[in-house]
Amino acid sequence: MEPLLALVIGGLYAAALFMMLRRSIVKLVIGLMLLSNAANLLIFTAAGLTRGVPPLVPEGLTRPDGLSADPLPQALVLTAIVISFGVLAFAVVLIHRAYEAVGTDDLRRLRDTDT
Amino acid sequence: MGSMILRTAAGFLLPLLLLFSLFLMLRGHDEPGGGFIAGLVAAGGFAFYTFAFDTRHTRRLLRVDTRSLLGVGLVMAVLSGVPAAFFGQPFFASQWFRFTLPPFGEVTVSTPLLFDIGVYLVVVGVITTIVLTLADPEH
Amino acid sequence: MLAFAILSAFAVAPLAPWLHRRAPAASSWLLALLPLMVTGYFLTLLPAAADGAVVVRYPWVPGLGIELSFLVDGLSLLFALLISAIGAFILIYSGGYLAGQPALGRLQLLLLLFMGSMLGLVMADNLVTLFVFWELTSITSYLLIGFDHEKGENRRAALQGLLVTAGGGLALLAGLVLMGMAGGSYSLSVLLGEGEALRAHALYLPMLLLILVGAFTKSAQVPFHFWLPNAMAAPTPVSAYLHSATMVKAGVYLLARLSPALGETPEWTALLTFVGGLTALTGAVLAVRATDLKRILAYSTVMSLGTLVLLIGIGSETALAAALLFLLAHSLYKGALFLVAGIVDHQTGSRDVTGLRGLRWTMPLTALFAGLAALSLAGVPPLFGFAAKEMVLETALGTGLTVTLTVVISAALTVVAAGLVGVRPFIGEPSPTPKAPREGPWGMLLGPAVLAGGGLLIGLLPVPLIDALLGAALSAVQGRPAVLTTALWHGINPTLALSAAALLAGIAGYRYWNPLRRSLGALDRLAALAPERFYERAMDGLVWLADRQTRLLQNGDLHRYILTVIFTLLVLVGYTLATRHPLMPEISAQLLFHEAVIGAVILIAAVFAATTRSALGAVAALGAAGFGIALIYVLFSAPDLGMTQVLVETLTVVLLVLVLYRLPGFTRISSRARLLADAGVSALAGATITWLLLLAVEVEWSPTISGFFVDNSQSLAHGRNIVNVILVDFRALDTLGEITVLALAALGVYAMVRLRGKER
Repeated sequence: MEPLLALVIGGLYAAALFMMLRRSIVKLVIGLMLLSNAANLLIFTAAGLTRGVPPLVPEGLTRPDGLSADPLPQALVLTAIVISFGVLAFAVVLIHRAYEAVGTDDLRRLRDTDT
Repeated sequence: MGSMILRTAAGFLLPLLLLFSLFLMLRGHDEPGGGFIAGLVAAGGFAFYTFAFDTRHTRRLLRVDTRSLLGVGLVMAVLSGVPAAFFGQPFFASQWFRFTLPPFGEVTVSTPLLFDIGVYLVVVGVITTIVLTLADPEH
Repeated sequence: MLAFAILSAFAVAPLAPWLHRRAPAASSWLLALLPLMVTGYFLTLLPAAADGAVVVRYPWVPGLGIELSFLVDGLSLLFALLISAIGAFILIYSGGYLAGQPALGRLQLLLLLFMGSMLGLVMADNLVTLFVFWELTSITSYLLIGFDHEKGENRRAALQGLLVTAGGGLALLAGLVLMGMAGGSYSLSVLLGEGEALRAHALYLPMLLLILVGAFTKSAQVPFHFWLPNAMAAPTPVSAYLHSATMVKAGVYLLARLSPALGETPEWTALLTFVGGLTALTGAVLAVRATDLKRILAYSTVMSLGTLVLLIGIGSETALAAALLFLLAHSLYKGALFLVAGIVDHQTGSRDVTGLRGLRWTMPLTALFAGLAALSLAGVPPLFGFAAKEMVLETALGTGLTVTLTVVISAALTVVAAGLVGVRPFIGEPSPTPKAPREGPWGMLLGPAVLAGGGLLIGLLPVPLIDALLGAALSAVQGRPAVLTTALWHGINPTLALSAAALLAGIAGYRYWNPLRRSLGALDRLAALAPERFYERAMDGLVWLADRQTRLLQNGDLHRYILTVIFTLLVLVGYTLATRHPLMPEISAQLLFHEAVIGAVILIAAVFAATTRSALGAVAALGAAGFGIALIYVLFSAPDLGMTQVLVETLTVVLLVLVLYRLPGFTRISSRARLLADAGVSALAGATITWLLLLAVEVEWSPTISGFFVDNSQSLAHGRNIVNVILVDFRALDTLGEITVLALAALGVYAMVRLRGKER
């Protein structure tokens, strides 16, 4: 599965960066969202994939019986998902305000107004 | 904003979702769940309710300003690190207290639970603040 | 107690503006009590210091061997006494100089801070402590030089001083660290006994050069001398304090302090005597060329500093004794002369020696103190300056012809400068000045009186205290016990003849100052080579570079920024991958059908989002990709992640729809060529990530810390969901930071939407 996921993540990165390179702010936001998803998946995959053994300790035991998935990247990614939502909300509103103030969604023209 | 069916559904679903979110949070230490996920479920319920009715209804239902949820949550999370100081341990070293409460039997209270409730409140506060701010009609 | 005495200035300084507001007239006198008390305290330490060095330690960063430790010996006491005693008079003087001006409180604050930094610098035992105080003096002197910050010229002068001295400070830091490594200790008291080992160390030369750069920049040695005259932009009390006894002497202090550890090698002697001699000559010539009172004094200070460095470089017992005598004498008369120049400037409104004449009628006391100090500067008996100059000449005679010539020429030119500053403005027919001259207030006269009178007193009578102090200082510099007396009369000998010759030549030079000045003007052609030009060119270059790189990299175009980031990634990661892991790793992993389908769905959704013309379509595709990723989390043992991802993805789509339906749809604004180029770059970046990830999953780098969490989740934290235990227990502090970020984002959203409501 790892080679396929590597391909998927590479594709997500390429699509996200391509969108961020466009001049529309809306595309920038969607690209940013795609990029954070891709980064989360990258961390998750890089730590190694394991099928069907969640990092839970069975009742009555002190540690998982045998192999279990690595909990650390999961903890990292979990907070990253929630934070990326906060960042997205902030970015979206910021962009919306900028659009209202400037009346354009073209980033090229946004540059001219602040210089 | 919403239709009759949506309103009826929201009226039923919100209590269920809130109950489910509490369940997710409390079991989170042992089974999948926890403050983040539970907070998202509860906040999703409120967002759904906002779409079915409007922001005014949701605010009335919440009773408190959503921003104070942020503050209360953060304060709880910070305070959960304090008890360790009384036992000469580093900040945030977890503490567990077991005692017997007659009708329930043995009850366990711990600082990580307090912390998780803080996380829950912050997540609910963040998402409801954002959704209500953006969905406000005067906006 | 010692630390308290040294650091008390920092504690009292913040009170100065408040005190000045409450009692504008008395504040300077009250604040001067502090340095006076500190002076008294340091005097009580003299007997102990005379018997040998005393080290007082306070732990600071014990893990790194850094401590706040102070070294009390003759040398540090000599400097500390000068700093605190002159500091007291400067504070009183500034009360008169800026009387009635609100800025006085700020000046008092800065002067006290500077005094504290200087005291810390000269008393420091630990090299790191020394460096910290060294840089503190650079910073506080920056604030003092630029005190009248409304003039651009002053700000430039202050910045120049800061850049030169703080830049030298960086070299010094490197040198001190090398010394600490070579000597195996960061304590001066230890290192001073390790001289043999340090001098024999392979890193001796770099260490020496770096430390010398630090000392030379601070003490305004050629080629770094240009900042000192420009620093005359400071108010006169500041110039008097910084340039007579303290700031510029810090470099001399450092050289004297380190001479037992690093001195007496051919490199040391050659560098110090050459640079010192050159500086002395340069300063003396430029002093005679100048016409502004303060600039004459500034260049004369450069000359004195050069002489001090020269003497320390020679390093014999006579030379070191001469250096200490000269240092003390210079602090007294130069301090007095700067203060006198300030009085003249303050009372007449002019500092131009060509226009100031006959002031003795209107300012008799000022004239008296100026004359005394000038005679000491010129080295006329029976003043203390004479005794110091005799010792300097004696050293020079014992060293060689070049040094003798250097010293005699600069001594003669110094006589001219002394006449220009201390005699010429006061004699002759009075000439008109911008303000009608009046005698200065006695708060301003006190400093010159004490300093000039001190020069006379020490010259005339043997003062046991001074002898004891200088003896202790000499012992410290030499590293072995020594005795020093400030005897005025050494008998009739070649030294006296040289001294008389220099004096006569100086008087002749003063008599024919105008022709002399004109003929020295021929040297102005050398100004094109002046180091200040290099400084200016370097500054211009820096601004040009900053300008160009800002235009190139930060032109406000997001497209350019993202491309920069991508290319950096491609170059750094791509290069590393290509050079270290050129071959594709062997891929052996099992692939299930339903997993392949999910992967394909994500890929298709991503491509669709990137290419569609519909904003809503792109949002939907984003949602599809997000849910696909959630499924992957669930399939690969991360139920918590899967749940979170599903919930967040739902809320994201809700949020985007809430906001984006108000924005316009996509229009194609980029050219086809631009689209193709961007697509190529993005594809390349994606391929790099794929390659990186393939390697990352193949290679086992190092064991992770996850094992600890897995083993201890149940036993230590009583939780069976290890992910949750990490979040709320093991790494709770991280989570706290994360929820704080979340809360701030929500508040930001709220503020952005609500603030607009208020604007309308």
